[in-house]
Amino acid sequence: MMYVIAGFAIWALGWLLNVYLANGKLSDHWAMNIGIPLIFGLTILLVWECFVIGFEVNPVFLPRPSDIIVRMANEVPRLWADFFQTIIKGALTGYIIGGLAAFAIAVLADRSEFLTRGVLPVGSFMAALPIVGIAPIFVKWFGSDWESKAAVVAVMVFFPILVNAVAGLRDTTSMQRDLMRTYGAGYWPTLFKLRIPAAMPFIFNGLKIATTLALIGAIVAEFFGSPTVGMGFRISTSFGQLALDMVWAEIVIAAIAGSAFYGIVTLIEKGVTFWHPSQR
Amino acid sequence: MKSILPVLTVIAAVLLIWVVAVVPMNVHLTADQAQRDGALVMPDTPIARKEVSGFVLALKNPHLVPLTYFGKRPNLPSPHQVAAEMFNTIFGKKITSKRSLVYHGWVTLAPTLLGFVIGTFLGVLLAVGIVFSRVMDKSVMPWAIVSQTIPILALAPMIIVVLGAAGVHGVLPKSVIAAYLSFFPVVVGMVKGLRSPDHMQLDLLRTYSTNNNQGFWKLRLPSSTPYLFASLKIGISASLIGTIVAELPTGAKAGFGARMLVGDQYGQPILSWAALFAAALTAAALVGIISLIERGTLRKMGMKLA
Repeated sequence: MMYVIAGFAIWALGWLLNVYLANGKLSDHWAMNIGIPLIFGLTILLVWECFVIGFEVNPVFLPRPSDIIVRMANEVPRLWADFFQTIIKGALTGYIIGGLAAFAIAVLADRSEFLTRGVLPVGSFMAALPIVGIAPIFVKWFGSDWESKAAVVAVMVFFPILVNAVAGLRDTTSMQRDLMRTYGAGYWPTLFKLRIPAAMPFIFNGLKIATTLALIGAIVAEFFGSPTVGMGFRISTSFGQLALDMVWAEIVIAAIAGSAFYGIVTLIEKGVTFWHPSQR
Repeated sequence: MKSILPVLTVIAAVLLIWVVAVVPMNVHLTADQAQRDGALVMPDTPIARKEVSGFVLALKNPHLVPLTYFGKRPNLPSPHQVAAEMFNTIFGKKITSKRSLVYHGWVTLAPTLLGFVIGTFLGVLLAVGIVFSRVMDKSVMPWAIVSQTIPILALAPMIIVVLGAAGVHGVLPKSVIAAYLSFFPVVVGMVKGLRSPDHMQLDLLRTYSTNNNQGFWKLRLPSSTPYLFASLKIGISASLIGTIVAELPTGAKAGFGARMLVGDQYGQPILSWAALFAAALTAAALVGIISLIERGTLRKMGMKLA
């Protein structure tokens, strides 16, 4: 009972604190922009902890955040192995293969107006499809190790990147192209000096969408067969053993990896497209 | 209209690649079968055949090539096999039959739509809250954006099982996932949309001495419509994908996801492929319907299609 009351108290406290901070004088300061969401997140964690203890929730349904943290601290080597297998070997390899393939096809399609008009609608159609469904088929084709995961990821990230790259390569004005022509630049110099740089904001948009897809593909594909390591494997087996704290530990890792992956791509984007209005 | 020909060309090219790929993908299986039936196959043991690639094997045994298109359990079914299976299971069976794709489609579609409606409704509510409350904006919005980078979809099967253990069965667990997946795109899109009126427009309303409430109904909500539809299109396909993933590894008995997995486990790849394409058609139809509504609504409101 004590814990339930404590839970409500923390809830009220966190809320009031945020109301005070958000309406205060310093609310647009950068520290507040980080601090307020942090307080919000921390409040939720504490309320969760208190309610789970107070209402005596079965840990099979919902473990306590503290349990999850303890579990993460105890299982560092295993979590690292899973991370390496799924994110680095599966997701990242597939992401790079899919991205390069999409970029190559985009440059090829861009040579003809006819192809561009065909590739754009087909690509954006494909990007909306439930491509994860190919996971069982690919696991059968490429075996259960990371190759099949990379293949699933490559296909999943291919279409969003393709569509954005094709759209980006078209995004030069005729003035810009004419200027290149007055410099006597042929197809290749124009491509490398004008059109690819101009396409970069679009391409990064596709790359950012693809980061989440890559993780989803790599994890889901492991549900259909994997060596005895990997995040998807661990999630499904820990789940079978009712070790929900381990499942949540993997979820936390996936969340951190997803945000970090996205963050890194955003950082690279900032460096590459520093000239774009949205970055200045 | 003028892009129909290019689109058809691209589709034809993809089909052509598929048709060509069928031969090397299946030729090993076909060779084994043909040998058992007494035909002459060039490297004459399965082990020797494993050493050569599909293309080489097909070139050495041209008489096998037509057979690769009619295997019963191909690695890669040919397009006509998938099309025939789809036609059979969509039109050839009663829609109440367990073998009808329409039946499985409905099993997947019902939770998708229910979840989509719930998720959209809650998403719009939260977006309104964020736009009108500074506290909500500062504390919830960053998490809404971060949550887009988290592979939640991968956890769909677990959520189903937890809810099932808690006694929630039927359409609801899958709807929860569908709702969750359509929720955040709608929140992010709607916040953007509700904030899209510029200062001039807001000032104009102030000169009319409107209050916040009127400003919301007469300016903010209408101008958010294009953003809402853009998010709805993302949301509905995310919902459908979520439902299918939720069905995949949880031992669901019906639905597109279950169909894909059953086909895979019982060695009937044509079944999986038919389910995959049926799911694709469903996704396309859902997005298409929303686009139609979008077009009609925006035209009625005198806006241009974004």
